[in-house]
Amino acid sequence: MRRQRVLVLYLGNSALDSPVIAWANYDGTGRTRHMSGDRDDPPYRTGVDALKDGWRLFQASQLMPHERGAEFDVAYLKYEFWFEQLEEVAT
Amino acid sequence: MTRSLSLLGALDMARFAARGFLRMDAVVPAEINAQFLEEAGTPPEVAAGRRLLGTYAELLARSGIAETPAGIPLSRAYPQGGAVARMLELPVVAGAIRSLVGDDPTFDHHFLHVTFPPAYHEAGGGENVSQHTHQDSTIDPRRAFDLQIMYYPHDVTREMGGTRFVPGTHLRKVSEVALGRYQNIRGQQHMVCKAGTLLFLHSGVWHGGGVNLSDRTRTMFKIRMNPTGSQARKFDVSTLPPKGDQRPIFLLKSLPRESVEQILMTPEPWFEQDTGRLEFVNRVKFWRYLTDDPTYDADYWLTRLENLASA
Repeated sequence: MRRQRVLVLYLGNSALDSPVIAWANYDGTGRTRHMSGDRDDPPYRTGVDALKDGWRLFQASQLMPHERGAEFDVAYLKYEFWFEQLEEVAT
Repeated sequence: MTRSLSLLGALDMARFAARGFLRMDAVVPAEINAQFLEEAGTPPEVAAGRRLLGTYAELLARSGIAETPAGIPLSRAYPQGGAVARMLELPVVAGAIRSLVGDDPTFDHHFLHVTFPPAYHEAGGGENVSQHTHQDSTIDPRRAFDLQIMYYPHDVTREMGGTRFVPGTHLRKVSEVALGRYQNIRGQQHMVCKAGTLLFLHSGVWHGGGVNLSDRTRTMFKIRMNPTGSQARKFDVSTLPPKGDQRPIFLLKSLPRESVEQILMTPEPWFEQDTGRLEFVNRVKFWRYLTDDPTYDADYWLTRLENLASA
């Protein structure tokens, strides 16, 4: 039976080879339990480094135009990339 | 009264404007820390099958810290002679409060944050995890801000999972724990500190409680307060440097010296390359608010944008 491991990387700009500034891991195999604040150094230097390590990219955030009058507002991190690995687990 | 206060200087105020926090290590005397822990009360013993929510409810019910209505003057929120009143009266604390939220702030709420060690979670059948990173309250579009004081009355080790916070996030307009997906952010800090340490937080700073992997409970007391009037020029404005020409940008021949501008223009490790510049713009706007100087600029960001070339 296969289970999904998910890696979410937030990068410095929309390029996949820009630096990782934030990240999250979710492990559907149940082998590891990641949580907020569990690591201070990024798991990869860039998004491309995650590809090289076997992670499969399945979603990237869009580039959106800036709403008139709110051009300088900042909120959520913009450059979000979702990766997965599928792993076999014993049934 | 203000003569006895230790008001913040311009550089500390700029640090708060840029990063959203000020940390004062071990400024509360041991005697007040001991009094606070006595008043706060001791958590109930671990009991098999007892859910943590029940344990927490019993602790709060037994605690000597009172229920207090929101919206009363902060000066009336705590009984004279009590540990919290004594802490708030320390000149360095009263001076920082006055510098950041002005005179006569309003009490918003307080909470006794207790993080329990693994044995409590195992006994109650719950999972021992850290709190998702969040911004308190809800979406807050104001330029004005509330102040949150986090008081650590005993030593906090890394293993005890002290408050995690992300410097420089306070100007981001987000909706509470909508950002919970961001497990880790470059530059995040964890409160590891001596007893009597205070963390002064802009109400917008992203933060969360860490997981406690030690064998004792961790206690932190948080107080939120609101300004009742202007927050401008409440710090020691005599330390503001006189306005002069803007400093050179981009082509520099040496490292810049410490200044308000240098502090406001220092990025955080998590800054995106483009929105990091928006952070600078918003820091300049925030400094204009704090100094009541609508013409202030640092490194030409707003001067360039406000040149409409229409005269």
